[in-house]
Amino acid sequence: MLRYLIPLGLFLVLVVFLAIGLGRDPREVPSPLINKAAPTFRLPQLKEPSKTFSAEDMRGKVWVLNVWASWCISCRDEHPLLIDYAKSGAVPIYGLNWKDQREDALAWLDELGDPYIASAVDLDGRVAIDYGVYGAPETYLIDQAGVIRYKHIGPVTPDVWKQKFLPLAQQLNREGASR
Amino acid sequence: MKRARLLLLLLFVCLIASATFAQARRERPVPDDPALEKRLQNLSQELRCLVCQNETLAESRADLAEDLRDEIRQQMKAGKSDKEIVAFLTERYGQFILYRPQVTPATYLLWFGPFVLLLVGLVVLFAYIKQRRELIPEQPLSSDERKRAEDMLRSSSGKERA
Repeated sequence: MLRYLIPLGLFLVLVVFLAIGLGRDPREVPSPLINKAAPTFRLPQLKEPSKTFSAEDMRGKVWVLNVWASWCISCRDEHPLLIDYAKSGAVPIYGLNWKDQREDALAWLDELGDPYIASAVDLDGRVAIDYGVYGAPETYLIDQAGVIRYKHIGPVTPDVWKQKFLPLAQQLNREGASR
Repeated sequence: MKRARLLLLLLFVCLIASATFAQARRERPVPDDPALEKRLQNLSQELRCLVCQNETLAESRADLAEDLRDEIRQQMKAGKSDKEIVAFLTERYGQFILYRPQVTPATYLLWFGPFVLLLVGLVVLFAYIKQRRELIPEQPLSSDERKRAEDMLRSSSGKERA
C-alpha cells in the first residue's frame, strides 16, 4: 500500500506547487517601494508646461499616480476605466506621462478623454526609474504623508479598483481624518 | 522565374527599409570611454532586464534597458562604486533585478534547497540498498552445487590455457 501512496503523495505535492506557479504572473515583480516614501520629483505639467507638478504638492491627500504613455497599448485598455474611476471622484488621479512625445500625449487625451487632474511629463524616464517602473501602465496609491501604500502593475481592472484601491483609500482617509 | 526574381527584389527592398528604420529609431551617443563601457558591460551582465526577464541588462534591446544602462553610465561617471549602483537599483526594482540572488533568509531555500534534496536522495538510496541487501540472504552452496561450480571453473580455465 505504502509503495503506491508515497509516489501519489509526491505527485500531489508537485501538482500543488505547479498550480501555484502557474497561477502567478511572472511579470508582476513585487515593488520594494511599498510602505516607503514616494520618490520626490518636480516635472512640467502636460497641458500647462509652464506649471510644474510635484509629489510634494499632494501632501495631506490620498491620491493615485498612474504611469501612462500614448505608445502603451495596455494603457488604451485601461483608459476608459480610469475615466470612470475619476468621474466617481473617490480618489484624485494624477498621471505620469512616461517617455512620450508631448503632441502624441495631448492628442491621445483629446481623443480618449482625460481622467487626470494633471499629468507630469517624464520625458527621459528618470522619475520612472525612481519609481521602479518597468512597464506601463503602473499605478501607485500614495497616502497623506507621501508614502506609497499600494502598487499595481498592468491595467487597473474594476476588480482591482474595488477590492484594493478603494478600500485602502477609504481606510487611509478615515485614519487621516481621525488624526 | 520572373516572379521569383520579383519576389527577391521585394524582399531586398523590405530589408533595406527595415534597416534604415532600425537606424532611425535610436540615436545614442557613441561611448567615449572604453574603460567605463567595459565596467558597465561587466556590471550589467549581473543585472536582469525587467522587460525581457530572461535577458541580462547587458544583452537586452528593450527601451528600459537602454535607459537603465544610461543611468548606470551616468552614475559611474559621477564616481559611484558598483556596490552603490546595485543598491540604487535594488531600492527601486527589488532583488529581482539581481541575476545572482543575495544569500538572505528568504533565499536560503533557493541556495541550499538543491543540496538538501541531494542529501535526502543519498539517505534514501543508502537505506534502500541496505534494505535490499537484507532481503537477499546469502545461501551457502550445497555440496552438489559446489561440485558443479568447480567443474565449470576448471573447464573454462582449461580452455583458456589451451
